Amino acid sequence: MLTYAARRLLGAIPTLLVILTITFFLIRLAPGGPFDGERTLPAEIERNLAAAYHLDEPLPLQYVRYLGQVLQGDFGPSFKYKDFSVTQLIWSGFPVSLQLGGTAMLLAVVIGTALGAFAALRQNSGLDYGVMGAAMVGIAVPNFVIAPLLTLVLGVHLGWLPTGGWGSWQQMLLPVLALALPQIAYIARMTRASMIELLRSNFIRTARAKGLPERVTIFRHALKGALLPVVSYLGPATAAVITGSVVIEQIFGIPGIGRYFVQGALNRDYTLVMGVVIFYGVLIIVFNLLVDLAYGLLDPRVRYD
Amino acid sequence: MVMNDPSLAGPGAVRPMTVRGRSLWGDAGRRLLRNKAAVAAVIILLLVVLACFVGPLLVPYELDEIFWDAIMTPPDWAGGHLFGTDANGRDLLVRTLNGGQISLMVGLVATAVSLTIGVLYGATAGYLGGRADSVMMRLVDVLYSLPFMFFVILLMVFFGRNIVLIFVAIGAVEWLDMARIVRGQTLSIKRKEFIEAARAGGVRPVSIIRRHIIPNTLGPVVVYMTLTVPKVILLESFLSFLGLGVQEPMTSWGVLISEGAANMESSWWMLVFPAGFLAVTLFSLNFIGDGIRDALDPKDR
Repeated sequence: MLTYAARRLLGAIPTLLVILTITFFLIRLAPGGPFDGERTLPAEIERNLAAAYHLDEPLPLQYVRYLGQVLQGDFGPSFKYKDFSVTQLIWSGFPVSLQLGGTAMLLAVVIGTALGAFAALRQNSGLDYGVMGAAMVGIAVPNFVIAPLLTLVLGVHLGWLPTGGWGSWQQMLLPVLALALPQIAYIARMTRASMIELLRSNFIRTARAKGLPERVTIFRHALKGALLPVVSYLGPATAAVITGSVVIEQIFGIPGIGRYFVQGALNRDYTLVMGVVIFYGVLIIVFNLLVDLAYGLLDPRVRYD
Repeated sequence: MVMNDPSLAGPGAVRPMTVRGRSLWGDAGRRLLRNKAAVAAVIILLLVVLACFVGPLLVPYELDEIFWDAIMTPPDWAGGHLFGTDANGRDLLVRTLNGGQISLMVGLVATAVSLTIGVLYGATAGYLGGRADSVMMRLVDVLYSLPFMFFVILLMVFFGRNIVLIFVAIGAVEWLDMARIVRGQTLSIKRKEFIEAARAGGVRPVSIIRRHIIPNTLGPVVVYMTLTVPKVILLESFLSFLGLGVQEPMTSWGVLISEGAANMESSWWMLVFPAGFLAVTLFSLNFIGDGIRDALDPKDR
């Protein structure tokens, strides 16, 4: 398993290189630069600025220089947030984004599997239809619609929760819920489908026939197997939550990485944008690896070769 | 089974009947029609499409017509603005319907783009096999683990908000799944006898892929396609919501939802109507996709 993990990490290197290269050249091919402001700067100052950030060098040289920097864990200075390095900005935003995304994921897995299992055990009952109908709504209604609607009802009309900001748990509740709802819906549907299939399988019939309590049959035997697809969905779910948090952070004014990304892209803050993309690339790759390893632990049929 | 062999039709034998064979698609169609949820979804979707493309002709206002005396007025059935007006005093009904045209078009065109790239790529990789296959699929794996949404956002920011670019960008993101599905199908199809026969008959690989392989992968492709359309519409509204989608005076559901979300505390209708249209459309598309999958799924027979 260690060799497998090592090989996967090695395989991630070309991927990261592709990410870095595409972003680097995409940004520099684009019209407009980081220092195009409302007023045009004197040519002298513009030259000095370009020289200070090595923007006057030929592109290949800039590329190699940047690559060398990144290898040392340095994403360079931000072009727009003066006096901050990109690394500092990322580390200031990451705990917030992690708290938001992590809570949403946790919520999604716990509530999603519970609802899905519940619906599967009462297949074709009113409860089943209710849960699956709600899940369909959760999938069809995007989180950038759910978020304002929740704010409108719970925040503005009922006045129960604050509509923006970050820090207290009341402020966390709405964004986390908005981010988690589509994932809850997906996971519930998935759990239900695999649970129904498992409940019809031979080993569950055996477990029931030998007189195991229903609770043990379901929790120890059926649910464990039904969780496998959910585990393998965690990879795509992370990517979805990260993408979703870009919007959610924008809507609720949460100071996370997603907001830096959108602001950075609009401001042509080259280094900040590249830093965020690479950071998220690494995050997604590492998380996918962890998911695959966990899958191997849960399912003895999986062999690493 | 139809018995056409005349030698079997001796005296006393059952007279050969002309039985029309039941094709895969005919069977699937019948099963789909029995699925009430899917049929209802198809009808609702048709209504939405009809409303979006015919509706604007019936509303006596223009997309960018400004009513200075009716800025952010609530829905008024007597006054003529059925969905109310927006912050610039434009009729929300006509804007919602026009926005729907854009959203639905993006959904269709971007899906077509992803379908074309994905099917051709997957079928080629699967048919060629060997080293070509592993290189091609390795590329898909690499692209798969990129945070693509970020690239789409970058494209939109840097190269201007161009509707053609939206089609291309979204299509370029969504083809990966399609390529994987088609490749998997191709791998099993290419071992069948009819492919061998075609090859023995000297048909060129390009023609084999086009005439024999691609038509046989259509089942899963159609299922996946119907599920791609809502994903693409969602993606476009996501971009528009961030302010990176279509530009004024054109509009799409994502743009309208974004404007509505900004003004929802004073004027709920600006959020509720576009969001409602988007949700209903995605809802019915998902139901149709599920219905088609169930109809084509051999497990269910």
